[in-house]
Amino acid sequence: MSRIIKYIFYDILRTRFILLYTGLLLISAFAMFQLDTDTGKVIMSLMNIVLMVVPLVSIVFTTIHFYNSYEFIELMLAQPVNRKVIFLSEYISTALSLCIAYVIGVGIPILVYGASDASMTLIYAGLMLTMVFVSLAFLASVLTRDKARAIGVTLLFWFYFSLIYDGLLLWVIYTFSDYPLEKVTIALVALNPIDLARIMMLLKLDISALMGYTGAFYQNFFGSFVGTAFSAGVLLLWIVIPLFAGMRIFSKKDL
Amino acid sequence: MIDLRQVSKKFGRLLALDQVNLKFEAGKSYAMIGPNGSGKTTLIKSILGMVIPSTGEILVDNENIRNHWSYRNKIGYMPQIGRYPENMRIGQLFDMMKNIRVGKNDFDEELVHQFSLSKIFDKRMHALSGGTRQKVSAALAFLFHAPILILDEPTAGLDPVSVEILKEKIQREKSQGKLFVISSHILSDLDELSGDIVYLFEGKVQYNNTIAALKEETQEERLGKAMAVYISQNSLQHSPQE
Repeated sequence: MSRIIKYIFYDILRTRFILLYTGLLLISAFAMFQLDTDTGKVIMSLMNIVLMVVPLVSIVFTTIHFYNSYEFIELMLAQPVNRKVIFLSEYISTALSLCIAYVIGVGIPILVYGASDASMTLIYAGLMLTMVFVSLAFLASVLTRDKARAIGVTLLFWFYFSLIYDGLLLWVIYTFSDYPLEKVTIALVALNPIDLARIMMLLKLDISALMGYTGAFYQNFFGSFVGTAFSAGVLLLWIVIPLFAGMRIFSKKDL
Repeated sequence: MIDLRQVSKKFGRLLALDQVNLKFEAGKSYAMIGPNGSGKTTLIKSILGMVIPSTGEILVDNENIRNHWSYRNKIGYMPQIGRYPENMRIGQLFDMMKNIRVGKNDFDEELVHQFSLSKIFDKRMHALSGGTRQKVSAALAFLFHAPILILDEPTAGLDPVSVEILKEKIQREKSQGKLFVISSHILSDLDELSGDIVYLFEGKVQYNNTIAALKEETQEERLGKAMAVYISQNSLQHSPQE
């Protein structure tokens, strides 16, 4: 398995996209730190970028990479190699290269300007989101043979989780605002990994006070040990479930 | 050695393989022929586990291949269209393939030398012509001394000299008792290389016997002519009007 991972990893590095992505993150993170001296505000701005850019880049890059390595996958399938090993190697090398790019791109500026509790959460949230969206992209890629359609599906995932879902959530909260919705919203938030990451971040930034009673309730829940374990567990499920669904489909797929 | 039992494969509504029963035995060489789209490549890909049959089972050395992968150690495969990672150099590709098969140190690099592939080891795959790709595919298929060799249209796109090199290689390996399954449309090649013939039409096995028997039946000297007579006698080809 490690041999296959090595080959895929080199192949990814050769496209130079990962280097570009690292550079982009580095420049924007350094620029943010230059613009403002208040680390809290910088982390806040970075968070907004991370929550938009990381899922988008992860999901689109993974899909394109998967289709570009179709030849490699075909070649491997005629060899004495387990299909699951091929699939997992593809996942590990893609997720790993994107995670390394993220850690370098955001982690170095944070280390230079001083790490804090909030900035560590930012790195953690970004890594989790990367892995979640790589998983989702693999699922979308094995579902269809057509590259354009797969990219369409992945973009739909991204739109749904970054924009549409929040709209629906707001609509639910407004419509049922006469009822106590705190527990319901926690359940609904768990259904969207981006929202989950955002709340984890906001609570570390002490601006949850601005959110009134709901903020206090969130602080109470997500700030506790149970809440931390809950959010970590849910994000882990978001990684594992699409990955295993994708692997099941892949091991029965005709190539 | 390879045993297909009631193998069917559906692609949506298209029935690509229809209740195929076949036995490929060690030491023999099988010619697989049939019109375009008759299921030859699907059959080959099913044996390799790249296509998973809808029903039926395939046994390689008495072992059901479903969800297995180690049996592919015994198979050398030359695809119809060799698709390789485009950014890789030929040398890297060979190194990678050797690397993936753990525990093998003894490689058959005869074809690599005869096709003088080592001279162009630093060329990238996307810069190769169709014929050179075929040479790479052929060299890779023979690389691991596999006892079963499955060649899907091996001579298509090769120049006459290379065709002869490949044919001689197949003859040599055949005399060492290896099993060959060769699909091709060039019947004169198959006449030299194979002893048995499998004719596929619309996913069904229509003829499965020795080439000598077919020639006897049709009273023809050449395989091409014999096959043509057999096909027209049994109307096993779509007429152009259809």
